[in-house]
Amino acid sequence: MFKRENQLNNMENINLGGTPKTPSVNFNCENGVIELKGRSIPENSVEFYKPLNNWIEKYGENPQKTTVFEVKLEYFNTSSSKCLLDIFKILESINGTATEVKVKWYFEKDDGDMQEAGEDYQALIPLPFIMIEVEEI
Amino acid sequence: MSLNSIYELYQTMERDHAMVSFKGEVTADLLNSVLQIMESKLGILEKSTRTRKKVYNVLVECLQNLYHHNDGIGSFREQSFSDIYLPKTSILIISNPDDYYEVKTGNFVSLTKVKQLEEKIENINNLNRLQLRELYKSILFKGEMSQKGTAGLGLIDIARKSGNKLEYSFLPIDENFSFFCLNVKIN
Repeated sequence: MFKRENQLNNMENINLGGTPKTPSVNFNCENGVIELKGRSIPENSVEFYKPLNNWIEKYGENPQKTTVFEVKLEYFNTSSSKCLLDIFKILESINGTATEVKVKWYFEKDDGDMQEAGEDYQALIPLPFIMIEVEEI
Repeated sequence: MSLNSIYELYQTMERDHAMVSFKGEVTADLLNSVLQIMESKLGILEKSTRTRKKVYNVLVECLQNLYHHNDGIGSFREQSFSDIYLPKTSILIISNPDDYYEVKTGNFVSLTKVKQLEEKIENINNLNRLQLRELYKSILFKGEMSQKGTAGLGLIDIARKSGNKLEYSFLPIDENFSFFCLNVKIN
């Protein structure tokens, strides 16, 4: 069934390894889990995020019943913060009858800055956020 | 430059507990190298993950400011004898003088932008933690991204992460440029 849905979407998953400046990316259209993990500090983050935004928009045309955005970032720069907001906005736009979107925001214990960053997005975007404290990302 | 001045320079840097110093153009490669060096130094020196992250974060924003916003291009006449070309040169000094860290940067800013930048910093310095957070959120939400991929949030983020006021000055250079000095203290 998953395969058929996948063909219907004509989509491929994104699996990118992390680099010292960009997070690992695992966007899965078969289970609706999209994950960013690591650090995001490119000088120009638009180049990096544009294809990811396009993927989510396309996924939104034929999404899974639930979509989970897993944000497991150690840190990100201000250029990325804007791109993250764009992802949240796209997710907000696809949230509704076709799919139910949830955000899981991970932060390391004692990392008040990343916790605050998650809360800031939570305040700006009307999506359910789950804040998850972990030992290490 | 006399040979003695090498030792003087060394002593100055030693006295300031400099970790990394650099003068030149901040290219993407340079930026990556400095981050790499600092990450490994912080990994050895700094026990607190929280502080390590803060220093790294502030450094990323400072370096990217130097990378994106450097107006120093053109020439000016020194003592009316020779034209000195001002490339996109900056200075960067990261030091660990005591139980805190300092990131100092200096770069040329075109005079037309000085007032705006100064007002921006003054505004940031007049806000408390909560107000800074609100300002960050409002610019994040309403602000447009420039073509260079800058969001106009760098200095606010630096102030938020460092928890200190931004120390700065503008030194007049000539009819076109000022030299912008910034010192960020992280403790």
